[in-house]
Amino acid sequence: MAAIDMKNIVKKYGDGFPAVNDVSIDVQDGEFMILVGPSGCGKSTLLRMIVGLEDITTGDMMIGDKRVNDLAPRDRNLAMVFQNYALYPHLTVYENIAFPLRLAGAPESEIDQKVREASKTLELDEHLERKPGNLSGGQRQRVAMGRAIVRDADAFLFDEPLSNLDAKLRGQMRTEISRLQKRLGITTVYVTHDQTEAMTLGDRVAVMKRGVLQQLASPRELYENPGNLFVAGFIGSPPMNFLPAEVDGTSVKLPFGTVTISEEKAKRAQGKGLLIAGIRPEHFEDASVKDSPTAGSTFSARVDVVEWLGNEAYAYIPFEAPPEVQAQLTQLEKDLDGESMRTQLVISLDGASRIAEGDEAEIWVDARKIHLFDPSTGENLTVDEARAGRIHGREDPSGMAKAEAMADEGEEIHSADEA
Amino acid sequence: MATKTKTGIGTWVGFVLILVWCLLPVAWIVSLSFKSLEETTAGSPQFLPKDFTTGNYGEILDNGDFTRALINSFSISLIATVLSVILATLAAYAIARLEFKGKRLVLSMALAIAMFPVVSLVGPLFDMWRTFGLFNTWPGLIIPYMTFTLPLAIWTLSAFFREIPWEMEQAAQVDGATSWQAFRKVIVPLAAPGVFTAAILTFFFAWNEFVLAISLTSTTSSRTVPAQMSFFVGPDPFNPPYAQLATASVIVTIPVIIIVLLFQRKIVAGLTSGAVKG
Repeated sequence: MAAIDMKNIVKKYGDGFPAVNDVSIDVQDGEFMILVGPSGCGKSTLLRMIVGLEDITTGDMMIGDKRVNDLAPRDRNLAMVFQNYALYPHLTVYENIAFPLRLAGAPESEIDQKVREASKTLELDEHLERKPGNLSGGQRQRVAMGRAIVRDADAFLFDEPLSNLDAKLRGQMRTEISRLQKRLGITTVYVTHDQTEAMTLGDRVAVMKRGVLQQLASPRELYENPGNLFVAGFIGSPPMNFLPAEVDGTSVKLPFGTVTISEEKAKRAQGKGLLIAGIRPEHFEDASVKDSPTAGSTFSARVDVVEWLGNEAYAYIPFEAPPEVQAQLTQLEKDLDGESMRTQLVISLDGASRIAEGDEAEIWVDARKIHLFDPSTGENLTVDEARAGRIHGREDPSGMAKAEAMADEGEEIHSADEA
Repeated sequence: MATKTKTGIGTWVGFVLILVWCLLPVAWIVSLSFKSLEETTAGSPQFLPKDFTTGNYGEILDNGDFTRALINSFSISLIATVLSVILATLAAYAIARLEFKGKRLVLSMALAIAMFPVVSLVGPLFDMWRTFGLFNTWPGLIIPYMTFTLPLAIWTLSAFFREIPWEMEQAAQVDGATSWQAFRKVIVPLAAPGVFTAAILTFFFAWNEFVLAISLTSTTSSRTVPAQMSFFVGPDPFNPPYAQLATASVIVTIPVIIIVLLFQRKIVAGLTSGAVKG
């Protein structure tokens, strides 16, 4: 087992496209680290650089105390689970799992013992003599994991291992991976685009966008203290609401009314003109359901659509955004791989709420949980830095700016290709 | 229902017609090989032999020239096949996996060679081989056979290699394999159907080839069976020994049939199913 330390890693492809820009991540020994971001954010490239399937343009990749930049994959002693599993179809499940051991020249008795142990852990005992072609998706996934755990690797690397499974199986395998990692206590780097996987599995999560590290923090820190607009929009489902806001003293003017925020937060957002306020759906509630509306304000609005799910309901309230905010929100949607249809507020209501479509509803909002973002930089002005992990843009603004500039260049290269 | 039966009948009629068309000559040769020499030279109109004899087989296997030619055929075809498949596998792998300048050129050149008529090369080869001392030797036949079968083998194999996901190899490398081990233990077994297809095509080409075999050899030390058979004239030039010729044909066909039966299971593609999510 070993720690993995990435120092200022840069990956530039032959055509000059920068896939990874100046990323530094330290994975502690035994830690479960998640790399997450929308497609094309460089997370898989980064993982492949750790394992040695991609060359590193500049920067240092340290595993343990050893710089591994120039080592071949087989000399790095890492185990990887591929997105499509990459099982050897001409070998039985037993031989698939035994493959790394055979390459290492382990004695037959040791191979047998280790393979049986792995198959027991993964409940593959009755499938050992079958070929991968005859297995279900979940079983193949387990064989791929068996091939990884059978070696005494320094770390596990997962490249979107669950994306080919159906929703139910994905949930089961997720818990299975988490349990396995906890039991083996092995350093793990896990790439996903799914924020649920990121939140549930990771000790820490590195959020990436266009090859630039945005924030590196625990799931709770990411959720409660997103460093910028992108992280705030990416983490959480349904996503955080973004509203145009104007701060005046301790009162914040939102499209639906005015709420009061704490003095400390207000001070940081003073004199910045038009801002973007971020409020999570669950920080709203139907005022009539709320027993004792403590700190917070209420406002009334016309509910457009209600989606009732049993335990909760989502209400949608459209609003108009001024053009300067609108532009930023459209860009954000693009970064998140989404398509902005219209600006609307998503509110998570208690299942007991009786608000129906078309109602003029009384909504309560928890003003303590509001975040305020600078629309020009996307930076979170009200972040609690002590509880936000590492925010790249705050720690090293010039480095972040440089990395972003490189990512912009890359975008130009790609748009030039398309033209 | 009626149309269905009609189609069924039509299919079977077509099936039988094609079978008869293809297999009648074969059956005729087999039947000839069991007739005595007198019966064939006398001109026999009947299909089945009057008095069934296996004497032809004994006689032809006692014929030193024929057995010698059989050994030549086997050796030359096998060596050409093995060398050609090894070279083609390595070349096809490089073509499928690497990006290099002139890749398209290599592929189109290979195709051009495959389309080249064999006959047009006989003259030049004859002169060259005599100068190099390759005339009437095994390598003298092996080299041109490889030249003509390599292009097809490379095309077949590179198509197979392209189908194999890159991840297979990368997984092997992460598992601790060198590039060579990954190639030998993962890629080649997965491309096995392609390798067998290429091998069989090469073997048949070399086994059946006649023009080069008769032009580039002069004695039984390197003459192959198809060429040797043209020397079966018998005592009477106006009455070729049909029974013996038919027997020789049957004997050279047997290995071909055995090989096809042995390997047809291997040629079944789709071995890669189950490698990835599929």
